[in-house]
Amino acid sequence: MMQTISIIRSRTVVLTHRNIDTDQILPARFLTTTSRHGLGPHLFADWRYDDQQNPNKDFPLNQVDPAEYQVLVTGDNFGCGSSREHATWALLDYGFSVVISTQIADIFRSNALKNGLLPIIVEPKIHGWLTRHAGEFVEIDLQEQSLTMANGNIVGFPIDPFAKTCLLNGVDPLGFLLQQEAEIAAYEKSDS
Amino acid sequence: MSSQTQTLFEKVWNRHVVVPESNDTPATLYIDLHLIHEVSSPQAFSLLREKNLPVRRPEKTLATLDHSTPTDPEPAARTIPIVTADVARQIQALQDNCAKFGIQLYDLDSDHRGIVHIIGPEQGLTRPGMTIVCGDSHTSTHGAFGALAFGIGTTEVAHVLATQCLLQNKPASMAINITGSLTDGVSAKDLILAIIGKIGVRGGLGHVIEYRGETIDSLSMEQRMTVCNMSIEAGARAGMIAPDQVTFDYLEGREKMPTGARWSELLKSWQDLSSDKNAAFDRQVDIDAGGMRPMITFGTNPGMVMSINDCIPEKGTDESLDKALAYMGLKHGQTLLGQKIDIVFIGSCTNARISDLREAASLLRNRKIAKGLRMLVVPGSQAIKKQAESEGLAQIFIDAGAEWRESGCSMCIAMNGDTVPRGQYVLSTSNRNFEGRQGSGARSILASPLTAAATAINGKISDPVELM
Ligand code: SF4
Repeated sequence: MMQTISIIRSRTVVLTHRNIDTDQILPARFLTTTSRHGLGPHLFADWRYDDQQNPNKDFPLNQVDPAEYQVLVTGDNFGCGSSREHATWALLDYGFSVVISTQIADIFRSNALKNGLLPIIVEPKIHGWLTRHAGEFVEIDLQEQSLTMANGNIVGFPIDPFAKTCLLNGVDPLGFLLQQEAEIAAYEKSDS
Repeated sequence: MSSQTQTLFEKVWNRHVVVPESNDTPATLYIDLHLIHEVSSPQAFSLLREKNLPVRRPEKTLATLDHSTPTDPEPAARTIPIVTADVARQIQALQDNCAKFGIQLYDLDSDHRGIVHIIGPEQGLTRPGMTIVCGDSHTSTHGAFGALAFGIGTTEVAHVLATQCLLQNKPASMAINITGSLTDGVSAKDLILAIIGKIGVRGGLGHVIEYRGETIDSLSMEQRMTVCNMSIEAGARAGMIAPDQVTFDYLEGREKMPTGARWSELLKSWQDLSSDKNAAFDRQVDIDAGGMRPMITFGTNPGMVMSINDCIPEKGTDESLDKALAYMGLKHGQTLLGQKIDIVFIGSCTNARISDLREAASLLRNRKIAKGLRMLVVPGSQAIKKQAESEGLAQIFIDAGAEWRESGCSMCIAMNGDTVPRGQYVLSTSNRNFEGRQGSGARSILASPLTAAATAINGKISDPVELM
């Protein structure tokens, strides 16, 4: 069920806005679904479409073919606000597999990692270069924790070691938790 | 271990570690109370079904209907009309899931139903020292009782259902020390807005905040909940306040709170729930609440906030401010006092408790809301609704010309039929002024219930102090 990730090579789409909240990623009116699938068409709905639901030509997502652009570069503090995991599902359903920013909000980062969307934090200088070079190729190697930019520069990025193992090997964290049955039972016994 | 000084957060964390953190794995943390609602839970139950897993401790999870549930005044038959077929399916899904997995649900016709973060404390389910989670970011509200309470995603909701545990890396800690007393007309909402204005919407990233100091000590439980509620708006993982006599008095006698010897035992177990004297925080911030004025937002995140009599910052290098003001239809350098407002919304898990309604009613008594303005007053729970009706508050709102509704999230999230039309200005006591949060193209301005009431009376943004 967990998707595995190892190496991703793709062009970038850039959204420069800071503090993009999950209400922008997926507006609340689309939260009435009971499924994890099919949210891609509503990703960034209020920025992507005008009042008549026609694509807004100025919006970067409407200028590229999602198949070639799996990496989203965004301003600081991406994914703040609501804990809706639907935001992650919408990004994945649209075709993104990586989000790069200088800061990524806590709950969003956790949701992303559990669904195989890789959140990458880079230094402001690297971020600045990436935002100035929208559409260029980047290569992400999760095993090496490295990001190779179109100018040949290679930078490292941090990732939680457990999340890394899960993503590389397709380990489901729920399976890991279920294996701790004895410890959980012992805790419950001592606590009651 | 016990010889070291600990913060309140560390004490609660340490008591719940089932398996400690290692270099390669996060800690396994036990969860005492799990709250669920219709929007973030259906996919979690689907995960359980796919894996053929039961709910480990169904009695530790409680379900309510609030987010997509309409708040139209109750028809005689007690069947609230549902806005769309999707919502009907979502509500049905929660009803089916709770029945199948043995989870208690406060259904549409329950007197206990209400916004998920309001009902826990109200019924005495939220307790000091607990770990509390919910698929909802404002779970931080429960931290007002000295609980470690935080929002989780839907996959984690499934983890808690299946194992009663979560895998967590330990967050950092931050102390916000607040001194000075709040002056008349300045509320807990203004205090937390001012804090977010100071530390910024990213200020709390990766941290659990502990609010402390004389100002916090002097707040009621409901005010403390308002403060902790908006911790997430500062980016924090959670907000906490050490329990004290105010906390214990609030909890004693609540419906789900044990009495007699068990109560005494609980009370005893809560006594050391405060940060040790020399406990080390990763970060400290000092705030003086003494000179604070009512606060008001002008942009599209809660950090874009100022005193009600201030002017919006002049044009600088901040492009996100320019973009926010373009969306809001406001200008650099302008004051918001006198700004015409179309809708006033009093509600949400931030400000829909009985004391919030009392404050708003104190200004609206024997007054009318401005002509052409729409005002919704949406109690946070059915219990609050009933109490407000018996205290005569509901009648004050109705006489003033406001709509008195059933409880729920309502216009805070605008996915239940309560929506702000495109381009209109809403003065809202909720917690998020994000673009489109209260309806596509809606322009949201956040403030306290007092400021909301004063604004409703005048039809334009007004300083509540002038009406007091
Ligand atoms: S009132 Fe608003 S913020 Fe609170 S739980 Fe409901 S939707 Fe979320």
